[in-house]
Amino acid sequence: MSTAGTIGPGAGPAHGLPGHLVDFVGALRRHRVAVGPGETVDAAEVVTVLDLLHREQVREGLAAALLRRSGQRQVFDALFDLYFPAAIGAGSGEVDVPRIGDGDAGPVDIGALRDLLADLLRNDDDAALAELARAAVEALGRSGAAGVGAERSGAAPSWSAYQALRLLSPETLLAQIMDDLRAAHDEEPSRFADEIARRAIRERIARFRAMINDEVRRRTAETLGREQVARTAVPMQAEQVEFLSAYAEQLAQLRRIVHPLARRLASRLAVRRRHAKRGELDMRRTLRRSMSTGGVPIKPAFRTRRPGRPELVVLCDVSGSVAGFSHFTLLLVQALREQFSKVRVFAFVERTDEVTHLFEPGAELSGVMNRVLREARLVSFDGHSDYGSSFGTFAEYWGDAVTPRSSLLILGDARNNYRDPNLTVLRRLVGQTRHAHWLNPEPRRQWGSGDSAALRYADMLPMHECRTAGQLADVVEALLPV
Amino acid sequence: MSVPQSPLFGSVAEVTERLAEAGYLASTAVATTVYLADRLGKPLLVEGPAGVGKTELAKAVAAATSSGLVRLQCYEGIDEARALYEWNHAKQLLRITAGQGRESWDETRDDVFSEEFLLPRPLLTAIRRSAPTVLLVDEIDKADVEVEGLLLEVLSDFQVTVPEMGTIVASRRPFALLTSNSTRELSEALKRRCLFLHLDFPDAELERRIVASRVPQLAESLVEALVRTVRVLRELELRKAPSVAETIDWGRTLLALGLDTLDDDAVRTTLGVVLKHQSDQLKAAAELRLN
Repeated sequence: MSTAGTIGPGAGPAHGLPGHLVDFVGALRRHRVAVGPGETVDAAEVVTVLDLLHREQVREGLAAALLRRSGQRQVFDALFDLYFPAAIGAGSGEVDVPRIGDGDAGPVDIGALRDLLADLLRNDDDAALAELARAAVEALGRSGAAGVGAERSGAAPSWSAYQALRLLSPETLLAQIMDDLRAAHDEEPSRFADEIARRAIRERIARFRAMINDEVRRRTAETLGREQVARTAVPMQAEQVEFLSAYAEQLAQLRRIVHPLARRLASRLAVRRRHAKRGELDMRRTLRRSMSTGGVPIKPAFRTRRPGRPELVVLCDVSGSVAGFSHFTLLLVQALREQFSKVRVFAFVERTDEVTHLFEPGAELSGVMNRVLREARLVSFDGHSDYGSSFGTFAEYWGDAVTPRSSLLILGDARNNYRDPNLTVLRRLVGQTRHAHWLNPEPRRQWGSGDSAALRYADMLPMHECRTAGQLADVVEALLPV
Repeated sequence: MSVPQSPLFGSVAEVTERLAEAGYLASTAVATTVYLADRLGKPLLVEGPAGVGKTELAKAVAAATSSGLVRLQCYEGIDEARALYEWNHAKQLLRITAGQGRESWDETRDDVFSEEFLLPRPLLTAIRRSAPTVLLVDEIDKADVEVEGLLLEVLSDFQVTVPEMGTIVASRRPFALLTSNSTRELSEALKRRCLFLHLDFPDAELERRIVASRVPQLAESLVEALVRTVRVLRELELRKAPSVAETIDWGRTLLALGLDTLDDDAVRTTLGVVLKHQSDQLKAAAELRLN
């Protein structure tokens, strides 16, 4: 750790370890991990009592002092690797990358390297895998690979996770490893054992991919400066990933935070309920009571609140463009269903259909979006979103679902493909309900641009920007009944 | 802050070693944070899913340092009288009646609010003990927000104020450990005073060692298969992912049934031990081609 603060350009003025720690905290803050000065002082204390030669201990120690929530760990780890790198340059690895020719700088023998990788993946040796990742990135970046048009010599090294993973393509090793494993057993393993082994290997391959990515991030930080890399290449917290640009893995991660999020909302709601148990002053009863004390209102009377558990009607765009957002919101509503007396869910693309039965308690929810698209009648013409006709079919067939007791929640980006927005029907629906709200996953500045009818709809009912799970949670919390 | 006291552990490695002697196999994260909590005199807030050994950790720390364990189990509606201290009203009444007519009110009052009539609850007990103590505040997330406020004084200054008697300061700082299942967000004020440890499922190597140490009669190959299967199950999107406790239970079940391989039939009949929801079992069976 003695090299801290001297790595690469852009590291800023070196103030020794304290300055470096402050830089690190600054980077965490830029990634929206709230760290106060008190925590920074704690971190400094941690560094003084730990042995700095044990990198993993320093990592855990700083995490204990700086983090306050489990979702922040991924960001922390990525930044920690940048600010407290395990090695400088190539490091001193034990693994020799096989090369063509005798020299130390010949192009890499991809076939042999893949065999080596397959062995390590089969044996589940994490430390060796990390070593291999480091050596492979180094060798491929410096010397290139033989015979695949990727030979390099003399040029400046270039670190690329894409190139390394394309050349190694660890996914394609799966079948080979499975064959090896089967050959090691005498009898044919059952389908179940086979499946377990396959998934275990697949998980290890995913781990190896992550190692390559980490390693490339570290090497790039050495050439470009870590501020640059921290800005662009460090993953976001799940809650701050934008729905519209999330990829499959991030969406899966999001689904995992639905229940914690719902629990958090429900408990905050419980606190709000407790504080709001007493209603407002009841003038009439207070004055009536004051008669017995000679007109002095000694004991004020309050209205008692009726716990309002409204019916919730969710109208939800499930077309491809907003599917991730809709899915997440529906899961959240499902998790919060105890807060409502009745929840009805309608999906639409071009027309509307009821899908409440797919969200019954105990239903298997991870594949529910596929079932919605498969089983519900959502398309009538070409499969592009048509908000106007969807509102029309909803009002026509399920118009009685919205009553003065119900709250209407519309989810979608209001991109109507330049069709008729059918404002009259929506106005009538909004007029029939107690509350109506629209949650839009697009950034506010894009509302009304192109084929978006967001601004025209926003005139009729409050529209909220819900780009991330964090934002969605805030909006939903504000909307939930007390 | 009370008098400086010698730390319980000398180094992180020593923590690992002594916890292992007490039967708790600690990861680097656990060992480091325990060491820091002791060294910096800060409470340790442990968060994580059920069944990863949060409460066990407190017990192991107590055993490893031969400290007494004082446990405050939180639940909804727990209050000061259950957590901190309470006056023994019945005994006070008896005392007043017994002394009636023989002594003045002032004497009686001073006597009635004294040590003898104080019923210490876990927090006060932990503060007053002079022997080494581990204070475990279990499932703090179940308690109401008001209790957190109560804990602030205890955990940051290690003192308790009893209005009638004055402030009681810890003569020896207890090792405080709070656990939470994160069913709700704890207040920032409380979190800021603690070191934070997110205890997650251990890695494969560590889990194998944990199972082997808890169910020593189990064959090594079976432990290996068990841990691999459980790890695959955790990757599925289940309502309740199996935890370490469930892996151990599964091992015990297989042992009790006298099964020595984890073949399809064994899994089919005992899957209920690890997956407690019907829908999870169905999903796992379908995805892992168990039919």
